[in-house]
Amino acid sequence: MSAEPRLLEVRKNVLKQNDVVARMLRERFHAQGTYVVSLVSSPGAGKTALLESILTLLQPQYRVAALVGDLATENDAIRLARSQAPVKQITTGTLCHLEAAMVDRALSGWDIGQLDFLFIENVGNLVCPSSYDLGENLRLVLLSVTEGEDKPLKYPTIFNSADIAVITKMDLAEAVEFDEESVKANIQAVRPGMRHFLVSAKTGAGLQEYLQFLTAQLAEFTQRMTV
Amino acid sequence: MHELSIAMSIVDMAQEEAEQRDVKIDAVYLELGLLSGVVAEALLFSYEMACIGTRLEGSRLVVKEIPIEVYCPACKTKRILSSMQWFCCPECSTPTSEIIHGKELTITALEVRDECRTAPVGSA
Repeated sequence: MSAEPRLLEVRKNVLKQNDVVARMLRERFHAQGTYVVSLVSSPGAGKTALLESILTLLQPQYRVAALVGDLATENDAIRLARSQAPVKQITTGTLCHLEAAMVDRALSGWDIGQLDFLFIENVGNLVCPSSYDLGENLRLVLLSVTEGEDKPLKYPTIFNSADIAVITKMDLAEAVEFDEESVKANIQAVRPGMRHFLVSAKTGAGLQEYLQFLTAQLAEFTQRMTV
Repeated sequence: MHELSIAMSIVDMAQEEAEQRDVKIDAVYLELGLLSGVVAEALLFSYEMACIGTRLEGSRLVVKEIPIEVYCPACKTKRILSSMQWFCCPECSTPTSEIIHGKELTITALEVRDECRTAPVGSA
């Protein structure tokens, strides 16, 4: 005979551990005046290519650095290092997403206060990264024109967790008969009010507009800090 | 699939609670929002594996799925979405991204019993 079962009420957020670290990171970034942008997308959507261009274009005026997450290899870090910006690879092994603690560990030895922008490239995956806050100010979701206009409808959770959509590989738009109106409608269906940019890292089209947006975000962020 | 690491977190948290209160856990009750990014079926499968070799081995995970609830600025009231592909008020079709519920990933209760340290007298 064993004791009667009874119900114990508790209320515990399963992701509390990650959320606590993410909050700590966000406070640290805020105190140091570093604006943090994370990038999520499916594998091969062009996160590294976009980041390489952005790091190169921002550098004359801004101090930038990047963390890149991948299951294996340091290829992305090597590519990004060509921009001359400080870059660190986070190799996750078999883990399909980055967590706040990995970001925290990767930042050890870096003087965050020396940076205007920190970019965090997540593992290529449109499912798992959506659950994990990394302490970023802005989350970009990338979608390349070759992936199909209905991606937002297929992965509404990640689009919902992001702030801005960036449509990449616009140089291929014509060849794949990319339907801009349809992708716009699909983004708005899952995330009303979400802003989007159309870019090509290869030709440079659309990058200036996107850069202006980023630097305006930084200016607003710095202004909020000083108020 | 990140459900296994989520399941392991659930087991860790429940185990900690069981140790603190000196009880045996029969079931863990979880609220799972449709926008949490976690799939109930995969989580249930992972939970069983995550329990192996812990105090929770043999326990159940009871998942309550929480629908997506938004605030409609036009109707000025809360509405439940019927589809996560259409973030619009189901009554007046006004687009809204003001989410009230649907991101939950919360342990709400534990079904427990006191640990029996010695075999009760007279038990067959």
